Amino acid sequence: MVLRLERGRPLTITQEGTAASHQVPALSVKDLKKVYQTPGGDVEAVRNLTFDLAPGEFVCLVGPSGAGKTTLLKCIAGLLAPTSGTVSVEGKVVTEPPKSLAVVFQEYGRSLFPWMSVRDNVELPLKNQGVDKAKRDQLVDEALEAVGLAHVPKSYPWQLSGGMQQRVAIARAIAYQPQVLLMDEPFAAVDAQTRADLEDLVRRVWKQLGITVLFVTHDIDESVYLGERVIVLSNSPTVVQEDLKIDLPAERDQLNTRSLPRFTELRGHVYEQIQRAKAASRPAASVTADNK
Amino acid sequence: MRFLKQIAYFVGLPIALILLWWVLTIDSTNFFVPKPGQLAETFVEVWFSERFFVDVLPSISRLLTGLVLSIVLGILFGIIIGSVRILRQLSEPVLEFFRAIPPPVLVPLLMLIIGINDQMKVMVIIFGAIWPVLLNTVEGVRAVDEVLSDTCRVYRISGFARFRYFVLRSASPQIMTGVRQSISIALILMVISEMFASSSGLGFAIVQFQRTFAVPQMWSGILLLGLMGVSLSLIFQFTEKRVLRWYYGLREVDR
Repeated sequence: MVLRLERGRPLTITQEGTAASHQVPALSVKDLKKVYQTPGGDVEAVRNLTFDLAPGEFVCLVGPSGAGKTTLLKCIAGLLAPTSGTVSVEGKVVTEPPKSLAVVFQEYGRSLFPWMSVRDNVELPLKNQGVDKAKRDQLVDEALEAVGLAHVPKSYPWQLSGGMQQRVAIARAIAYQPQVLLMDEPFAAVDAQTRADLEDLVRRVWKQLGITVLFVTHDIDESVYLGERVIVLSNSPTVVQEDLKIDLPAERDQLNTRSLPRFTELRGHVYEQIQRAKAASRPAASVTADNK
Repeated sequence: MRFLKQIAYFVGLPIALILLWWVLTIDSTNFFVPKPGQLAETFVEVWFSERFFVDVLPSISRLLTGLVLSIVLGILFGIIIGSVRILRQLSEPVLEFFRAIPPPVLVPLLMLIIGINDQMKVMVIIFGAIWPVLLNTVEGVRAVDEVLSDTCRVYRISGFARFRYFVLRSASPQIMTGVRQSISIALILMVISEMFASSSGLGFAIVQFQRTFAVPQMWSGILLLGLMGVSLSLIFQFTEKRVLRWYYGLREVDR
């Protein structure tokens, strides 16, 4: 299974890539602004955000709570229309959820269909797209194998632990074969040990598939451990506080990577930035709109 | 063993009640109060005859037609109304108005408009039994989970597929609650619609027995209605258990 997935990787790069990787970013956010209109007046959630993700990049977005992370992610996914500015996925401006994009939500318990088995959950988006049965079976098998859930296809999601449910959501996302994978604080609600496993799982899947990952988190350690790049967001109304390259070795593991002096340094740096972001007085920053 | 135990629970109290009834009526000479043995005899005599084809089957077919149409139409309109906010706001007062009208008062009216026939009786049943399904479906559709809804959009599950795989299933607990209420309303309205102007059916038969002082026969009709109610409820429970297995499982886990 793993082998087949790896064989898929150069394929996606040569197909989409060679020319494109130098010119068209996998994901491009330009002058994005989101203002919520509420009865109590306008709330500026995202002020001005501009950043690009190159194809195959793993980028973490980290910011203080209430930094408009969820708003931003919904705009990128095409679930929410920005007030101004654009989001492009593979060069195409996003007006509705793009076909080449998948999302893993934080609330795993609410993003899987409780009336469907694990397998049906993973299969549904493919069935809906009209992928033929044989191909579907193959993709679902591979995805479940990749997240280590090949043994529970007939269970219902609610019969599984939180960590396993999130694995199902990840399997569904990768079976969908996206070019860009958005993850919205996916491990915020699972326990620490499960979380470490899932982090490694995501890194592994990312490497195997060669997809572009945008991983939103409020956990500084997690962002540094996972990302090739960390974008630190400011307080709401959000701007980019810092765009930081993570120059840790590509092979990461929980024990060694986290005890590298460089890891500590980067972590400290991001922490400082977040503290500064929190303290910075931002005029017109009224209500936090993160949970809208 | 577990199965036997379940059956024992199911028939335990009815048997006790029948025994009590038997003891209390053992010396009774009151013509209007039936005795268990006598009633059972009359029951077989009356209903296992051509009446089964003349009265029972027509009643059952009206009931089922009305009920099935109520459920199908209720779910259909419920989904449409529940999905479109403007429709929901527009229709709310109107639906409450129609729901507030007691359906039996429509019998004379529908008799004039449609005539004295099966369609009229089915219409009366629909007019009463559609509301619980309709209003519960609206509620269920309105309450779909936002994250699941976003999930559908991300994976581009829209249109008919969205209703089939998401909205309908998500609203099914509320829909089933509505169906449960509709079943008892439909049974009541079946009888009432046959009492007014009819030449066949259980309601007609019972009224006829009553008017001719055929009291034991009348009791046997009431017994038959009760048994029909129990059968419908059993069929419903069996279906519900299948349709909502996920729901009860989920609730069990959440607790």
